[in-house]
Amino acid sequence: MTTTALPAAPARPQARRRPRAPRSRLAGVALRTPYWVLTGGLALVFVFPLIWAGVASVAPQPGSSQVDGWGLGNYATLMEYQAGLPQYLLNSTLVSGMTVLFTLVASVLGGYAFSRFKFPGRNVLFLLTLAILMVPYATLLIPLYVMLNAIGLQNTLVGLALVLTVFQLPFATFMMRISFDAVPRELDEAALVDGCSSFRALRTVLLPAVKPGVITVGLFAFLAAWNDFVAPLILISDSTKVPLPLAVANLRAQVMGIVDYGATEAGVVVMALPCVVLFLLLQRHYVRGFMSGALKG
Amino acid sequence: MPAKTSARPPTRPAVVAVARRRALHGWGYAAPTALLVVGLFVLPVLLVGQMSLSDWPLLSGNQGLNAPQNYVDALTHRFFWDSVVFTLKYTVIATVLLIGLGLGLALLVQESSRWSAVLRTSILVPSALGLASASLLFYALYSPQVGPLSPLLQRLGLADGPVSFLGSPDSALWSTVFLVVWRFAGFYMLLLMVGLQGIPHEVIEAARMDGANRWQSFAHVTLPLLRPSLALCTVLCVTGSLLAFDQFYILTKGGPDNSTLTVVQLIYNVAFQGQNDLGIAAALSIVVLVVLVVVNVAQMRAMRAGQED
Repeated sequence: MTTTALPAAPARPQARRRPRAPRSRLAGVALRTPYWVLTGGLALVFVFPLIWAGVASVAPQPGSSQVDGWGLGNYATLMEYQAGLPQYLLNSTLVSGMTVLFTLVASVLGGYAFSRFKFPGRNVLFLLTLAILMVPYATLLIPLYVMLNAIGLQNTLVGLALVLTVFQLPFATFMMRISFDAVPRELDEAALVDGCSSFRALRTVLLPAVKPGVITVGLFAFLAAWNDFVAPLILISDSTKVPLPLAVANLRAQVMGIVDYGATEAGVVVMALPCVVLFLLLQRHYVRGFMSGALKG
Repeated sequence: MPAKTSARPPTRPAVVAVARRRALHGWGYAAPTALLVVGLFVLPVLLVGQMSLSDWPLLSGNQGLNAPQNYVDALTHRFFWDSVVFTLKYTVIATVLLIGLGLGLALLVQESSRWSAVLRTSILVPSALGLASASLLFYALYSPQVGPLSPLLQRLGLADGPVSFLGSPDSALWSTVFLVVWRFAGFYMLLLMVGLQGIPHEVIEAARMDGANRWQSFAHVTLPLLRPSLALCTVLCVTGSLLAFDQFYILTKGGPDNSTLTVVQLIYNVAFQGQNDLGIAAALSIVVLVVLVVVNVAQMRAMRAGQED
């Protein structure tokens, strides 16, 4: 997986070295057995909770709407819970979609500016963008709550998406800047000399070259927005506007004393499914995102 | 490029004009980033500073300056020091476990066999989940009513009755730590794998040639060379753990009896639960911010000092 990620990474000047084949020359079956047991057990520990959540969401359970027999009763509960699953899915999709859009627009244009243009204040702005990493979430959300109230964006999905975008900016801008830096300058300079505007050079020449970076940034922005819990907890007060994680957490707290674990598990499955599918499809982009995170250190 | 040479040589004023236009374009492209950074980062940081010095109830807004009352109230809050101690304890446990386990897993799955790839993927999948989703998943997993763990422990003879994982202060802490390890081990494994792959193989082979055994070459060659990666992981893990919120909010809500109250949970409670005082919450946030900056700077210093040896 890591090795497949490496050739596609444009932004990694680092020396790459494939791990060698097993070093132990005595690797007989008998010697390998403890290794198989250990690794098999580990894989099971990590995958088991996910499988259990999937099974439990359709399994019979006391205190859920799936008391006996297997079926989709828990999902039916979730469909009708308060504003309903479709509404929460819509909220989550809108917030994630807007966050991805805002993040991509800001980081692609910003990365282009930081990589290709010299302008006064460039380094200050870049450092300020990275400084967002240093400031804890909790510190920013309290004044943001007050500020969004003041400009009438409180309790709106747009306001929430803007806030989530800001927390994506350090990684996204850094990633897009190194992606642009990795593209030879001759490529867009030639287009400019041929009379292209700088925007057209970006759109037609550079954008295709930095596509892997765009996918990585988009994937991370989507996962972060889809999964975020604290920002909506503080910024959204209207229960019909909350995204899915908050809705499922509320569902658990709502029923006094008795927790509907079945519906909770169904909610977990609905939340986790897109993440797991995206992860498996875009594994190498996911791994590359982590690695450029490592490079900045 | 032929096109470029034909356009030359430009006169000096033309060069200046082009540079100025390029700078203007640069600002144009950087504008969305600048707007977001100034509007939703710089201004809020300034505002939280002002809030920390003002009387600022949740519902009635700014009631004027009252410095340094919020800081006094924050530092003498009856749960403040308990939450600090608990957060530090959690941070130490989580950091030691995650980095130790991450390194062990990275060494284990380093080989590029198909089976290693399967194992790597299984360990990584949980890190695609949101922390809130993972916490809700474990909330059910730990439940004595529907969770499989309680019956399992009973069947193995390790427990007499239904096990309440979140019921006592100690078990609530360790149950949360287990969830966090499950969710983040893959992340640290990956970062350390990248570090391991950056170590030139020749260095380790040379140590082997000189007669070092597996353990010696690991302790004296691999580990020192891995130091930057380990330092990065430590910074990330310490920072993240000091700010722990989602997992405790969902699993324990700070309970039982405020025994798992983290500092961020305290900030949230002061601001939005019961006390409804944004001024004190802002003062607490500033304290956390200062501590984090100090911790980060100290860790980076230590990291640099270590590299110079």
